[in-house]
Order: sequence, then C-alpha cells, then structure tokens
Amino acid sequence: MLAFILRRLFQSLLVMLSVALIAFAMFRFVGDPVNQLVSLDTPQAQVEQIRRSLGLDDPVIVQFFRYIYNAARLEFGVSYQFRLPVISLLGDRAPATLELAFMSALFSLLVGIPMGVYTALKRDSWLAKILQAVSLIGISLPTFLIGILLIYLFSVTLGLLPSFGRGEVVKIGNWWTTGLLTVSGLKALILPSITLGLFQMTLIMRLVRAEMLEVLRADYIKFARARGLRTRTVNFGHALKNTLVPVITIAGLQLGSIIAFAIITETVFQWPGMGLLFLRAVQNVDIPIMAAYLMLISFLFVSINLIVDLLYAAVDPRLRATIGAH
Amino acid sequence: MSFKTNCLAAVAALALMCGAAQAQTLRYANQGELKSLDPYTVNETTTNAHLGHPYEGLTARGKDLKIEPALAEKWEVSDDGLKWRFFLRKGVKFHNGEDFTADDVIFSAERVRAPGSNFTTRIPTDAKFTKVDDYTIDVTLSSPNPILNAQWDTWYIMSKKWAEANNAVAPTPAAATTPSHASLNANGTGPFKIESHQPGVKTVFKVNENWWNKKVEHNLKEIVFTPIASDATRVAALLSGEVDVIEPVPIQDIQRVNSAGNVQVMTGPELRTIFLGMDQTRDELLESNVKGKNPFKDPKVRQAFYQAIDIETIKSRVMRGLSTPSPLMIAPELFPHAGFTRAKFDTEASKKLLAEAGYPNGFEVGMDCPNDRYVNDGQICQAVVGMLARAGIKVNLNAQPKGQYFAKVLKSGGYKTSFYLLGWTPGTFDSHNVLNDILGCRDVAGSSRGESNLGGYCNKKVDALTDKILVEPDTAKRDAMIKEAFKITVDEFSYIPLHQQALAWGVSKKVKLTQRADNSVLLYYATKE
Repeated sequence: MLAFILRRLFQSLLVMLSVALIAFAMFRFVGDPVNQLVSLDTPQAQVEQIRRSLGLDDPVIVQFFRYIYNAARLEFGVSYQFRLPVISLLGDRAPATLELAFMSALFSLLVGIPMGVYTALKRDSWLAKILQAVSLIGISLPTFLIGILLIYLFSVTLGLLPSFGRGEVVKIGNWWTTGLLTVSGLKALILPSITLGLFQMTLIMRLVRAEMLEVLRADYIKFARARGLRTRTVNFGHALKNTLVPVITIAGLQLGSIIAFAIITETVFQWPGMGLLFLRAVQNVDIPIMAAYLMLISFLFVSINLIVDLLYAAVDPRLRATIGAH
Repeated sequence: MSFKTNCLAAVAALALMCGAAQAQTLRYANQGELKSLDPYTVNETTTNAHLGHPYEGLTARGKDLKIEPALAEKWEVSDDGLKWRFFLRKGVKFHNGEDFTADDVIFSAERVRAPGSNFTTRIPTDAKFTKVDDYTIDVTLSSPNPILNAQWDTWYIMSKKWAEANNAVAPTPAAATTPSHASLNANGTGPFKIESHQPGVKTVFKVNENWWNKKVEHNLKEIVFTPIASDATRVAALLSGEVDVIEPVPIQDIQRVNSAGNVQVMTGPELRTIFLGMDQTRDELLESNVKGKNPFKDPKVRQAFYQAIDIETIKSRVMRGLSTPSPLMIAPELFPHAGFTRAKFDTEASKKLLAEAGYPNGFEVGMDCPNDRYVNDGQICQAVVGMLARAGIKVNLNAQPKGQYFAKVLKSGGYKTSFYLLGWTPGTFDSHNVLNDILGCRDVAGSSRGESNLGGYCNKKVDALTDKILVEPDTAKRDAMIKEAFKITVDEFSYIPLHQQALAWGVSKKVKLTQRADNSVLLYYATKE
C-alpha cells in the first residue's frame, strides 16, 4: 500500500513538472513581457537592462530550472504588471473564485437533482420535455454568451442584479473576504453562479435522470412496490438514495473543473478572482502569474485525482489486492 | 432673540447639509487596470491620468492641452536657453500634511531618472537641479531644450520625507522581489487622495479638502474606479446605471449607447496617428516573393501603396465615421496640417507606378498588424489588404495580439517586418518627437534616434533639421523648420499616414465632463447631478 502511495505521489510530481515545462515552452509564444513594461519611446538600452534584470535573456531551460528551484521553496516571484508577490495576489483573489465555485456547485446540485428526478419520474409530461430541451441549451451554449444574455436581461433591462463585480465584501480574518454576508454581495453572486453552474447543472440533471431510470428498473424497486410501499417512499427513500452515489463522485470531481474553468465567467462579470487575474496576465504577458496559476490548477487536479485513487483503493478490496500483487 | 438665532443656526445647518448632499460619488470603469500607484512605474496614458488625481507635476496641461503652471507658479529661461528657473508654489501640502518644498522637487528629479523608472526621458540625463531657496529651483542644461517642461505634467512630484520614511526612495523596479510601499500607497498634493487601492480590482479616491487650488471645478466627494475588461460588460454596466463613466465605448456599440436615453457617447479626435510603415532598410524583404532586391526602397512603390488606399472607405466602413484622415504623421492639434494634403486615392495610378518601378504584375508581401491595440486595427489591415489587391499587390496578413505583434516588429525583436501598421502619439505633444523617433535614421550607433522607426526610413537632411529643431527657441523659425522636415518626408512617401482615430467615452447624462484629446479621463473636471 505504501509503495502504491509513493508511486502515485511520484507520478503526480512528474505530471506537475511536465505542466510547468509545457507552460514555459508556451510562454515564448505569448509575446515579449518587457514590451508590456515599457512604453514605445523607452530607450532600447533601458529595455535591455530590464530584460537582463528579469533574467529573460537566459535560455528557456535555464529560466525553467530557476523557476522550479524557486517554486520548490514556495517562491513564485513578483508579478511584472503589479510589482506585487504572485502569492499574495493569488491569495487575495482566491476567496472570490472559491466562493463563486462553491455557489455554482450548490446551484447545480440543488437545481439539477430535482430536475433529474422529475424528468425520470414523469418522463412523458410536457414539463419534463421542456426541462430536457432547456438542459440541451445549457450544454450547448457557450458560457460567455449565457453570461451576457443574463446581464442584458437582469441588469440592463430589468435592473435587478449587478452586471459586474462582487458587491460589498466583508473581511473575515486576514485571509478571507466574503460576499455572503451583505445584500449586494449576495446579489452579485447570483448571475455568475448561474452562468458558471449551468453546464454542471445540466450534466447532473442528465446523470440523475439516467441513473434514476436505471435504478427504477432494478429488482429491489419492483419488490418494494410489490410490498405495497407508497410511491413516494419508493422513489425518494430507495431509488434516489441509490442514484446519488455516482452523482456525488462526479460532482466532487467537477468541483476542480468549476474552479479551473471560472476564467470565462469571471471575465464576463469582471469577477475579481484568480481566473480573471490569469486572463489579464495572458494579455499582459505577465509570466509569473501565468506560471503560478497553471501550477496551482495542475496541483488541484493532481490532488483530486490522487485522493480519488486512494479512496478507491481504500474502498475496493479487489483493487487493494492487485496493488499488493505488484 | 434666541428663537431667531436658533432659526439661523437651523438654516445654516440645512445649507451645510445641502452642500454635503450635493457632493457626489462618481463611478468610473476603464478597460485597463490601475496596476501600481508608483507614479514612475507604468508610463501609459490611462495610468498617468489616474495618478493625476492624487499627484501633480510642476506644470499641468489644461483642457486644451496648453501647458499651465501647477506646483511651479512660473518659470524663466535664460537667454542662452541653458538655465531654467522655476518658482514653486508656496503653502502647498502633501496629503499627509507635510509642506511641499524644493527638496521634494530635487528628490523627484533624482528618483524619476533612477533605474527602474519608466519616465527617465522626462528629464535629460545631464540636467542639473539646484536649490536656490526652499521655493526656487534652477535647472542647468548642457544644450538648450525649448521643450524641457513639455512632459512635466506627468512627471509627478513625490514627497522626499514620505519616500524616505517608507523605504520608497527608488522606483519599484520590474524585477522587484518585495512589494514597494509606493506601489500600494500614494502621497501627493493633488485634488484627490487614495482612500483604498486593491490592485486590479478597485480603487477609491476621496476628495482632498485642503487642495491648494481654490478653483475646484468638480462637485465630487469620491471616485470609485473599477476596471471592466470585457467590452460587453462595460457597456452593460453603463446602460444599467451601475457606473457613470466608461472608457472606451467600442465603436460598434456607440449607436446603441446613444439610443439608450440615459447615457451618451462623447466622441472627439484623438492625438494618436495610425499609419502604415514599410521596410526600407533590408536589401531583400523578409516576407516577399521579390528576391534579391527590396521594392520599398523605390519611392514609386511606396507612392503606389499610398495611392492604392481608399482612406474615405476606411473612415466610413471600418471606423464608422470616427476617424480623421491625415496627411501627416502627427495630429492637427499638435502641428497644423495647412499646406499638406493626402496623395489622391487612385488605383490606376498605383498600377502605373508599379509598372514603372518594374512590377507590372505587382508582387507579394507579408504584413504585420496588431488586432487588440488600436481602434479596429485588425479590420483596417483587412481593408488595406483588399485595396492593395486591386492594384495587383498580394498581401499576406498576419494579424496578431499586441503581445506577439510588438515582440516581432520592435527593435528588441529585430524589426522583423516588411510592412506593418502602428499608432503613435508623441509623448511630448511635439513634432520633434515624431521626427526623432519615427522619421529619424536609425543607423547612428549608440543613439536612440529612430528606435521606433521600424521600417528604417532615413534622410540625413531630416536628421539635420531635427537637431536644429531641438535647440531652436524661436517658435516661428522652429515651426518653419518642422514644416520643411515634414515636407521632405511626405514627398518621399516615407510612411503612409492613415488617420487619427476617435475617442469614445460613455457618460451618464447626469455627468458633465471635459474630453481631452490625449484620452486622459480627468474626473476633477467632472460634475454630477
């Protein structure tokens, strides 16, 4: 078992190193960061001096190893555009992203599960058909379009909800800011959460529907009905409970991608999170932010996968046996 | 009696309350962020305009861009032009209560020229600043410079004591490892103080009640600035009334914004000139099917390109009327265009010129173009490609984001372009900058002349005039020389100037604002109902 964990840890480390290497290879094609730091009429000698001071005249591979060496000591450098440590910038922006991700996950579960159950139980009703059609839209429309449509409907036309930003935030401790405690903060969360969570919601709805239909055909449901249990008890006490196991697994795995793919939603709503910071960094060729963000996201995915693997091993004795046999 | 006094007091209190209620909060959104509060870190119009609220220079520029006194009340130039004396304003205080004196100016003059500053060109390196007394400064130069203080409106004066106390004596360098106090805090003398600053998220400016200038034009108590990068969201925020002022409004949204009722778009000509440049240096173009020679070395070919471009169509179709076609490489606000006209659009003439130059069937050339830097830059290039095709030139367009574009075409990238689109606003608002940076020869080793002359156009006569223009104190003579120099470059078709693009600010109808042609959004000119 220990050998398995160590091997997986080693593999995870390898994945992160590869991500860093690919990222560094790509940065060369994003443009020249120094041009973003100076104006067009800056003397060339000064431009070269800045390039040297940032170590950008070294070969890519030297820059890469320097970066890895610093990253291993948790030094992620200073943002070119803000002149602030990347760690503190990402730290400042993390609460916004995490809160948004959490709210959209909540939204997708709270709306997606009932919709899935309803469409499974009342397959032929017209409402179920409408919900199915709506879910198709949710899956096929791009996020930014949904965001802009929501802004035009709820902000510009109806004037109900804000079109950008986080509203008033409350500081909790030194590290966290929350919009959950103010009216404007809650209002500001609604549209971005729906935009970000819509895809997950339709995914969950379809998953619940498919699983539910599967379970409803199972023998123990037939027996439950035969025993004369009330439909309600059968549907929610037995069928739904068994449906939820895979749903929870998928929802957990999707949380990582919600955080990672918040970039578009954050840009549309000018949501001051890590995704927006990353996108602006790409436009401004701010390599330290890009590198740190990509490392952070790959760390997130690698850890989620590692935990899932370990959980499988813990849960399934057969897996343990094969692992032991290696 | 006591009733009467009470009444009076009540009236006075009411009046005070009214006064307080009139002071407004103005909410402003720009597409770019306010990255650093250190006034010597980022030299770009938007940042300079933001920092012009807490900070001030020795001079200022008025609504018409004329130089005005600010922290310097007046100045004198010696007859030989080598010594400038500045008389500083008395009784000015920094936001933290310190007095503004000559020491602060001398300190700022050192700091702005120190490594890490992006404003080193504001002051000639050999200029010596000496303190005569607490409120008088002498600047000694090694050669006369009639435009010494042309850019001092954005050379902001910092407090010496404050910088020393907060370990911010040097400007924050690009390779900083620790955050600088000055990049997160500001202590100037200007009309607004920084109340809070979250980099890239939100900045709040509070009015400075103790501002020295008694002619306050605005009625604001607070400015809340938020960057909104996405065009659609920025426009939506204006339409829904969540912000009062946005910059810019995308050209395609102008009509919609104007028809909304509660908001309007302020448009006006900008100082930036958009132009096309051609590689005239290499013996063979990097991206062309003409081998062994460079067609752009022949002025006839350059003229053919020029005359193939239908600038009016670009104006009406691509720019939706919001551009001013230009015969010169500088905006008419900065140097009069009288006596200059654009070469006529004439495809047939182009074909003839190409045939005379030895290309009866045209040729193929690559073109570099940014697609996120200037107003509709990518579309302008596409239009140019179509127009040149009619004259027989096949242009292979490479439109790319500014990050990649500038990395390729600038000096640092080795000027790797044959044909390109660029925009230029002279930082000094003066023709000398254009003649030196864009039209100057770049073959003098060790000189920074012509560094932004990406095509390498070169005429020594122009350079000689440029040198004379720099030191000529007499305005009439100077203007005549500038005109002469421009005439040479126009006659040789050195570049193809296209137009000055337009400014487009979205403003709530409750807000009155002055639009300055350099695209500085200055909210100390704003009043809000």
